[in-house]
Amino acid sequence: MKPPKTMKIKVDKNILAANEEYAEKNRQLLGQNSLLCFNMISSPGSGKTSILTKTITDLNEKIRIAVIEGDIQTDFDAKRISAAGARAIQINTEGACHLSAAQVNNALERLPLDKLDLIFIENVGNLVCPSALELGEDFKIAVLSVAEGDDKPAKYPALFAKSKVLLINKIDMLKTGVVDFDLDRVRRDASRLNKNIGIFEISAKSGDGMSGWYDWLQEMVQSRK
Amino acid sequence: MHETMLAQNIAAAIRSEADKQEGRPLTAKISCGFLSAVNDELLQEAFGFICKGTSLEGMKLYIEHRPMRGVCKKCSKEFNVELSNPKCAFCGSEDFELLPETPTILEEIEFETAKNNENKSR
Repeated sequence: MKPPKTMKIKVDKNILAANEEYAEKNRQLLGQNSLLCFNMISSPGSGKTSILTKTITDLNEKIRIAVIEGDIQTDFDAKRISAAGARAIQINTEGACHLSAAQVNNALERLPLDKLDLIFIENVGNLVCPSALELGEDFKIAVLSVAEGDDKPAKYPALFAKSKVLLINKIDMLKTGVVDFDLDRVRRDASRLNKNIGIFEISAKSGDGMSGWYDWLQEMVQSRK
Repeated sequence: MHETMLAQNIAAAIRSEADKQEGRPLTAKISCGFLSAVNDELLQEAFGFICKGTSLEGMKLYIEHRPMRGVCKKCSKEFNVELSNPKCAFCGSEDFELLPETPTILEEIEFETAKNNENKSR
């Protein structure tokens, strides 16, 4: 049997073009309202929501914050954000390991954008997939808790290479000696591909190091005005 | 797991091109950047599953990985960044910035020509 006659067609098309279109819509929407937007990414359990509730409680009178919550199931996190005093929109991805720009667009449409300064997108807990999709954010913020181990930036380089800021959370655990965690190793590995990554060592529970994070947030919001 | 989402998008992009052609699509080539963290095995599996029972069933997917690119702050040259030893390939400086990643691209599709299809249907 003769092999089939074939022809090759050049396509050169961005596979994520549909997502990119929504990401651009989101950038425009945020830009029109002089809004700052961060995409928070980490493993499940690193303390993203706790960092946000603490931040909202402490900066309530200084920055108007809203949160777009991505989870596979439940509205637990949106309830925690609301209880802390900020608007929250919960998105349930029902299995998907990341938020898409279209989902964020839908959430943005439901927020009073002209009455806000800063939007956090709390992505689905996952160290790999969420960093593959642009949502229209200004920056990605990586969160790593000390209980996860100090090898994560080396093992999962993409997120740390693409993030503007790394929050190392639960540092109060280091004092207890319960976990072995080499901060220098994390600082070194996280900045190998990303020399300018800003690193804050914090504990949302004890409040350690939060003031540096708050100062940075307020500076960022001011610079957008 | 984002490979499932990628596979759906690849299949949709192939379909929209295939609609313009008369022949059956046989192979497709995609390229992706290092940091898009695409696992070949998972993507192939997801693509096969999504194409099953459709006009794309049996298509072969070729995946090319593009290296990370950096620009040296000392000598200003662009180079491929090695993850195990990230430094400028020209002057050895470790002071560099990563360049934006190339997006995941559907590069080309190979179609069985229409004439061939006619023969087959006879």
